[in-house]
Amino acid sequence: MAENKTQSEPLFSKKNMGLLKDPLTDNNPVTVQVLGICSALAITAELKASVIMGLSVIFVLGAGNVVISLLRNVIPSAIRIIVQLVVVAALVIIVDLTLKAYVPDLAKKLSVFVGLIITNCIIMGRFEAFALGNGPWKSFLDGVGNAAGYALILVIVGFFRELLGSGKLFGFPVFGDPVEKTGLYATGYENNGFMLLAPMALITLGLIIGFQRSRNKSLIETN
Amino acid sequence: MSKRTDSNGYTIIFSVVMVIVVGALLAFFANFTKEDRVKNDQVKAQIDILNAIGVEATRSNATEMFTKYIKEQKVIEAENVSDNDKAYLIDVKKELDNAKNGKTQKLPLFIAEKDGKTVYILPVRGNGLWDAIWGYIALNDDLKTVNGVYFDHKGETPGLGANITETFFTDDFKGESLYDGSGNFKGIEISKSNGDPNNTDKSDNQVDAISGATITGNGVGAMINSGIRSYLPYFSTLKK
Repeated sequence: MAENKTQSEPLFSKKNMGLLKDPLTDNNPVTVQVLGICSALAITAELKASVIMGLSVIFVLGAGNVVISLLRNVIPSAIRIIVQLVVVAALVIIVDLTLKAYVPDLAKKLSVFVGLIITNCIIMGRFEAFALGNGPWKSFLDGVGNAAGYALILVIVGFFRELLGSGKLFGFPVFGDPVEKTGLYATGYENNGFMLLAPMALITLGLIIGFQRSRNKSLIETN
Repeated sequence: MSKRTDSNGYTIIFSVVMVIVVGALLAFFANFTKEDRVKNDQVKAQIDILNAIGVEATRSNATEMFTKYIKEQKVIEAENVSDNDKAYLIDVKKELDNAKNGKTQKLPLFIAEKDGKTVYILPVRGNGLWDAIWGYIALNDDLKTVNGVYFDHKGETPGLGANITETFFTDDFKGESLYDGSGNFKGIEISKSNGDPNNTDKSDNQVDAISGATITGNGVGAMINSGIRSYLPYFSTLKK
């Protein structure tokens, strides 16, 4: 069985670390596989929401991959997808309840998008493509890696949108006060409110994708 | 993989066990976080009530501000009016259901003092386009004009109906009269055609609607009218 092979392999072997690192860069689920775009557009107007959403997805995908991997030999194949949905839904409800209990204002802001983690294609994709065929440790690394790749893009987009859109980072004004015209605003700088709208998230994401492909030409599709 | 996992019996047993395990896990977790979630909701109610009279409170200072501004909390049950410092915890939805089933509705009323003036705050609840909408209406001490409003919603369309929470909409209600010229209760209509977008006419019982949010707007109007109407018997005893 596959377990015997993983046990003989060191826990942090190069191949295992690759599972964790690849999705951050050359196999990023958002910029390369272009999955999970909807939430990347919707909740990235503020950095804090991006970070919380990223952490939530890391938890759901990391834990979900392990659960699915542990169950992979006992899941009846006829209801495979249903079982995957139940696992991800249960984890998402746990995240939702935790947010409501400890960060209620943010929970309200994220509102439906936490629930929509269930429909995030990255999650079902990793369950189906990886966790069903690999051991729990590898699945855990794969899950955390892919979710971290998603979170990384969310944070980058959130950083630029909040900085250019409201002149703040994590809610703290970094450019001075736009009403009192202090700091950078004294020189005539204005916030670009357009950055807060979904279209600019798409354009920001497009710029990131373009930048990544200019650095790594092998990612450019030729057809 | 063995054939064992493909049989119908196995699939059924697996699903049953899965549902029981996941159900128990979630029930346990929901119970575990319940205390914090309930407390958050209670603090939110205090923040919302203060919001209706234009006082900005945060989660950390809500209780302090609430006791500072809200001088009295009353519960009206038909003819009986009692003081109750837990009136803000009354579940308006449950009370509306009670009223529908012919039971007596408990009506909470908050009496605030702001800038030396008495303000009466009452909760309202109704339906928007997709789901519930609710809020608090603050009335000036003449009980005829609006001091301020606070609205919230469960799932109105972002950018359209969801804008009922925005100050550009709620500010229009300030000073609006609830009575017509001859002294009859009229409520407030969310109007698409009053030709008064800045709401300078405070006596026309109309507030300018949000484009593209007709049904949410109608819901807001209906909610205000039916909400305040149930308090009118009590208000008539206050006016001497």
